[in-house]
Amino acid sequence: MAKVKTKSSLVLGRVVQAIPTLIGVIVVAFLLTRALPGDPAVYFAGPAATAESIEQVRVALGLDKSMPEQFLIYCRDLMTGNLGESISTGQPVLSDVMSRLPASLELTLTALLLSIGVALPLGILAATQPGTWIDHLCRLIVTAGVSLPVFFTGLLLVYVLYYLLGIAPSPLGRLDFIYLSPPQVTGFYVFDALIAGDAETALAALRQLVLPAMTLGLFTLAPIARMTRAAMLQALGSEFIRTARAAGLGWTKVLFAYALRNALLPIVTTLGMVFSFMLGANVLVEKVFAWPGIGSYAVEALVVSDYAAVQGFVLTMAILFVTINLLIDLAYTAIDPRVGFDG
Amino acid sequence: MKHTEIAIDPFAASVAPEPAPAPDAGPPLRPHGAPAGRPSLSLARHLVYVLKSNPMTLVASVLFVVMLLAAVFGPVLAPYNPLKSEAAAALQPPSFSHWFGTDDLGRDVFSRVLVATRLDLTIALAAVAISFVLGSIVGSLAGYYGGWIDKITGRIIDTIMAFPLFVLAMGIVAALGNSVENIVYATAIVNLPFYARMARAEVNVRRDAGFVQAAKLSGNTDLRALATQIFPNALPPMMVQISLNLGWAILNAAGLSFIGLGVNPPTPEWGIMVAEGARFIVSGEWWLALLPGAVLMLAVFTFNMLGDGLRDLVDPRQRT
Repeated sequence: MAKVKTKSSLVLGRVVQAIPTLIGVIVVAFLLTRALPGDPAVYFAGPAATAESIEQVRVALGLDKSMPEQFLIYCRDLMTGNLGESISTGQPVLSDVMSRLPASLELTLTALLLSIGVALPLGILAATQPGTWIDHLCRLIVTAGVSLPVFFTGLLLVYVLYYLLGIAPSPLGRLDFIYLSPPQVTGFYVFDALIAGDAETALAALRQLVLPAMTLGLFTLAPIARMTRAAMLQALGSEFIRTARAAGLGWTKVLFAYALRNALLPIVTTLGMVFSFMLGANVLVEKVFAWPGIGSYAVEALVVSDYAAVQGFVLTMAILFVTINLLIDLAYTAIDPRVGFDG
Repeated sequence: MKHTEIAIDPFAASVAPEPAPAPDAGPPLRPHGAPAGRPSLSLARHLVYVLKSNPMTLVASVLFVVMLLAAVFGPVLAPYNPLKSEAAAALQPPSFSHWFGTDDLGRDVFSRVLVATRLDLTIALAAVAISFVLGSIVGSLAGYYGGWIDKITGRIIDTIMAFPLFVLAMGIVAALGNSVENIVYATAIVNLPFYARMARAEVNVRRDAGFVQAAKLSGNTDLRALATQIFPNALPPMMVQISLNLGWAILNAAGLSFIGLGVNPPTPEWGIMVAEGARFIVSGEWWLALLPGAVLMLAVFTFNMLGDGLRDLVDPRQRT
């Protein structure tokens, strides 16, 4: 009973710790919106503005007030979910971002599952058989993987799998135009189509997903495989493994129940950093594959200097990332009961 | 890669435990890797050993020299004018006269890639230099004095790290304005935490070391002891970080220009060349995007391998 209590207080403590980070993120996001080149009022008033209308816009945007006041207004707007309006789509930024977020999440999560699915076994095999071909393969992938520009791998895959071999569908968006998008339930096309009982659309959506997910997955393969190998090597070399082996436990049990469980902690730690790079690389992958997620939304907004949209995107990504890190930290407790949050 | 824990690239940085001061063995009195006795001779021997045991380092060194030469002499060596279009020779595949083929305007891709080397390396070097200098200063002060300096800088660094780094760089460039300089600043800000954290950790371990106390007893001020006694000892691991970070800085800058930030179209730059060539991939003109992309990859690979080799040289204990 006492143990449960300490654990829940640990969880609570970690959640509280995320608050200053979140405040920092909001301050930075605010500063970014106020660091616009030139006078934002002139910019938002449009090209045909007179001095009078610029002044009107300045008052309307609250830009005539002091910085702290502006910050409070900004926070109040955030509370109500008001991120401003996108100039290019004419919609509130929040609704734009929300409608495009599922596409990005579908891509990112599929890629993550894909790369964990390959990286974990690869790292474990490389650690259990050092010096063999699988170890060398792991080393090669890990070294080459960190050097690959994600947009280069994406284009290479398109060239080989779409143009040369014709296996992959055309790299444009989430569904071929001959299909209708399934009625939205989860926002993930594959699941939505399955829920609607439309296997053909589900398959088509899955086929569209394969190339971008592979591209993004290849990018994250390297850090995960590398950390898995290193952590497994360290765990396998420790005394409790020798003891377990000496006590006559089976190899499988030693490997998975003893070594892997202990190696999971550093691997999960890497995941935080992997996510940071993944959310960035996501933007590039979405551009390559014309994937209609928030990354390509931000890129389109950047091109036409749609600042509210870009800043809304940056803030959304940061909040997403803070949340993910929080979840990862909380996952520690599940994996390793010894972990304390402020140790 | 063979290395496990010490911060060698952004991925590992978050994992790297800050080296705790060893309770019994005092902090190293000599710079990392400089062995006792005749340092220069044994360092040279060690260099030969490192190069022999890891031939990739040698390959990377050669590539690095080639890249430097291309950056310096690129515009002179380029067989064609990188900006001159020639409609008659548009979209030609790689041939003897056009090694990397020509683009949709008939410009020679090889010349453009060659000339772009200078711009890409300059952006990366400038960004890394800024983050190294600022990060070292901030991190050293935080590591030496602790207290409120440490708390405030730590908080700022945590806030930077709370953003997905590429996304933050995008936001910074969007806010400061779309120019090459701002790409440099954005990349520098995003890289700052790695240097600051490393400098903080390295300085913190040595702040009470014997040689520092000796320097202070002989009349040096805190700042002087920090700058002349402690910081030089923190340099070797920082150099490794620089080399590994350069590759990442190039990737970051090329990524930003790939999405249309910074460099403007006629200027040859690797990222923008890949972006411009991307729409020809589906019709089979692969050389436009893939060859500049391959050169970019090679550059990043070179810096990563060089960083690995440098680490083996500086601190062989970090090999696993």
